[in-house]
Amino acid sequence: MSEPIKEFTTKVPFWQPRVTPLELDQASDEQLNAMKVTVSNTKIGEYTLVLALDPETLQQRTPLFNGIMYGRGGLSRSETELGAVAASVVNQCIYCAAVHADRYNQLTKSETVMDSIFADGADAEIDERQKALLEFATKLSKCPSEATKADVERLVENSLSMGEILDLVLSASLFGWANRLMHVLGDPLPQD
Amino acid sequence: MDIFETIVAKAAGVSAASPLAGALSLRSDIMELTENSHQASLRPNQLGGLSHAERAGLACRIAKRNNEPVLARHYETLFSVGSQTLADTGFDGGDDARLRAIIRHTDLVTLNPKDAKAEDVSALRSAGLDDPDIVRLSELIAFVAYQIRVVAGLRLMAEVA
Repeated sequence: MSEPIKEFTTKVPFWQPRVTPLELDQASDEQLNAMKVTVSNTKIGEYTLVLALDPETLQQRTPLFNGIMYGRGGLSRSETELGAVAASVVNQCIYCAAVHADRYNQLTKSETVMDSIFADGADAEIDERQKALLEFATKLSKCPSEATKADVERLVENSLSMGEILDLVLSASLFGWANRLMHVLGDPLPQD
Repeated sequence: MDIFETIVAKAAGVSAASPLAGALSLRSDIMELTENSHQASLRPNQLGGLSHAERAGLACRIAKRNNEPVLARHYETLFSVGSQTLADTGFDGGDDARLRAIIRHTDLVTLNPKDAKAEDVSALRSAGLDDPDIVRLSELIAFVAYQIRVVAGLRLMAEVA
C-alpha cells in the first residue's frame, strides 16, 4: 500500500477507509435509502459505504451537506468552498482540503489563492475580503472557537450580509464535522 | 418545525424577533436538518453499542471541552444513568477498558482531530467496538463539533446584527 499523503494538494486523493465499508449486497432497506440521497452517484464511493454503517445520521447529513454547499442565494459558491478549505487546513484533512480547493480553483479559474493558503495558512497573502473570510472560518474551526465579534465586524466591513456570514458559519462548521469523519476514518492515498 | 425552537437557535439566543431571524429563515431547511441530525446522533432508534446515556454524556463532555456551557446544559437535559460520569472531564474511564478507549478517542478527535491516526481506530476495535460502532461514535463527535460551531457563530453574529 502506498504511503498516505501528508502535504496539502489540489490533486484529489483516493480515500482508503480504516474501517470495513458496508457490502452493498448486504445493505438493509434503511441503508439503501440513506445512500440513495447522495449527490449524483453513478458509483457508490467507499466514503458513503462507510457512513452507511450508521444510516440514521447519513440520511440527514447528505441533504444537510448539499443544502449548505449548493443551496441557492447567499454566499457565492467559491466563498462557501473557502470556508470548507479553512476548516480542512486547521484540521489537516488532506482529502477534504484537496476536493474543496480544487472546486474553488475551478470556480474562480485561478490557483493563486489556494496556493497561498496551502503555503501560509491563515497568513496567506490574499485580498481583504478573502482574508476576512479565511480568518473567521479558521478561528471558528479551532477548539474552542477563537472567533470574536471583531471578526464578524470585519466581515461586515468587507460587505458581507448577515445571510452570507451565516452561510460561512455553516460551511466552516460543516467541515468541522466532515473533517472529523474523513481524516479519522480513512487515509488519503495517491490516485492510480 | 419552528426553527426558533431548535436547539441551535435557542442556545445562540436567536428568536423570531432577532435581527438575524430573516437570515435564519432563509436557511430553515438547514436548521431543520441540523435538528434532525441531533436526534440521529443523540437519540437514534438503532443504538448499536452506544446507549443514549453514553451519547448524552459524551456530547456534554465535548461541549465542556469547547468551553460551551449553554450546549453542555442542553445535553445534561438528555442525561440518564451513566451520563454524568462520562461528562466529567476529569474521568478517563477508570478500570473500564471500553470506556477508556471511547473517552480517549472522543477527547482526541474533539481537541486535535489532525492528530488522529490509524492506530487510534485500531485502539477502539481492540477495546471491543465493532466498525459500525466506530462510525456511530465518529458521527456523534463530529456532529457535536458542528453544532457547537454553528451556535458560536450565530452568537457572534447576533452581537453585531
